[in-house]
Amino acid sequence: MKNKWYDYLWIASALYLSLGFFNILFAWLGLICFATPLLISVITGSKAYCNKYCGRGQLFDLLGKKLKLSRNKSIPQWIRSKWFRYGFLTFFMLMFMLMIFNSVLVFKDVKSLSQAVTLLWTFRIPWHWAHKITEVPAWVSQFAFGFYSVMLTSTILGIITMLLYKPRSWCVYCPMGTMTQLICKVRAGAEK
Amino acid sequence: MAKRIASISGHECVACGCCVKVCPRNAITIRKGIHAVVDSSKCTGCGSCVRECPASVIALSESGVGL
Ligand code: SF4
Ligand code: SF4
Ligand code: SF4
Repeated sequence: MKNKWYDYLWIASALYLSLGFFNILFAWLGLICFATPLLISVITGSKAYCNKYCGRGQLFDLLGKKLKLSRNKSIPQWIRSKWFRYGFLTFFMLMFMLMIFNSVLVFKDVKSLSQAVTLLWTFRIPWHWAHKITEVPAWVSQFAFGFYSVMLTSTILGIITMLLYKPRSWCVYCPMGTMTQLICKVRAGAEK
Repeated sequence: MAKRIASISGHECVACGCCVKVCPRNAITIRKGIHAVVDSSKCTGCGSCVRECPASVIALSESGVGL
């Protein structure tokens, strides 16, 4: 099958993850990966983002298939169960709000900027070297550190399940995927 | 003789579209962003989608009614 322009969006995803190592402010670009799928599903009622444009999905596909970094086993039943998918979405959203709340605290000068990336919501990794532009308000940097933590954490989880199960196992429990599917369901229900 | 075609457990499908991409016959579509559906007239039962599906919710089964 002939490749389309959007089959190369994995390059953007890979680039995004790399840029965070050089300058944390690039993390803000990740908002595109949040807004685009939501807008597409709300406006068109489709999962075109997952089905065509998501670079992250393509990246796992490439690593898992071309580089054979996957056992290609079936994912355990519990991961694809509704309660786990919706539960993970809820947990993810809560953590996301906590991250925004943290940026607000920094904005209000209640907290000082923490130049670290938190992996898997637990491990704090010093990341001060990527804090290059210090002229921007501290909350802008705080949000960037927080957002990059989210992106890196989900990538790590995605890589683990890619290795263990099928290349795109992450898509089974990806919060964006679950959320856009949910929006499509609500939309389809409302049309009836 | 009943031919074997892909059948998808719709309520367990996550609508990721991985199956759509690998189907050599373009037999699969994602209906309304909710779940994948197979066009039984196009499917040859090659099994590519079965191997691909990250949720493992596709199986090959006899299409003939009242087997
Ligand atoms: S489920 Fe998530 S990672 Fe997979 S294609 Fe959709 S948005 Fe991308
Ligand atoms: S079994 Fe083959 S032809 Fe049938 S839907 Fe799956 S990939 Fe397409
Ligand atoms: S690959 Fe599996 S989970 Fe994804 S759309 Fe196809 S049937 Fe659904």
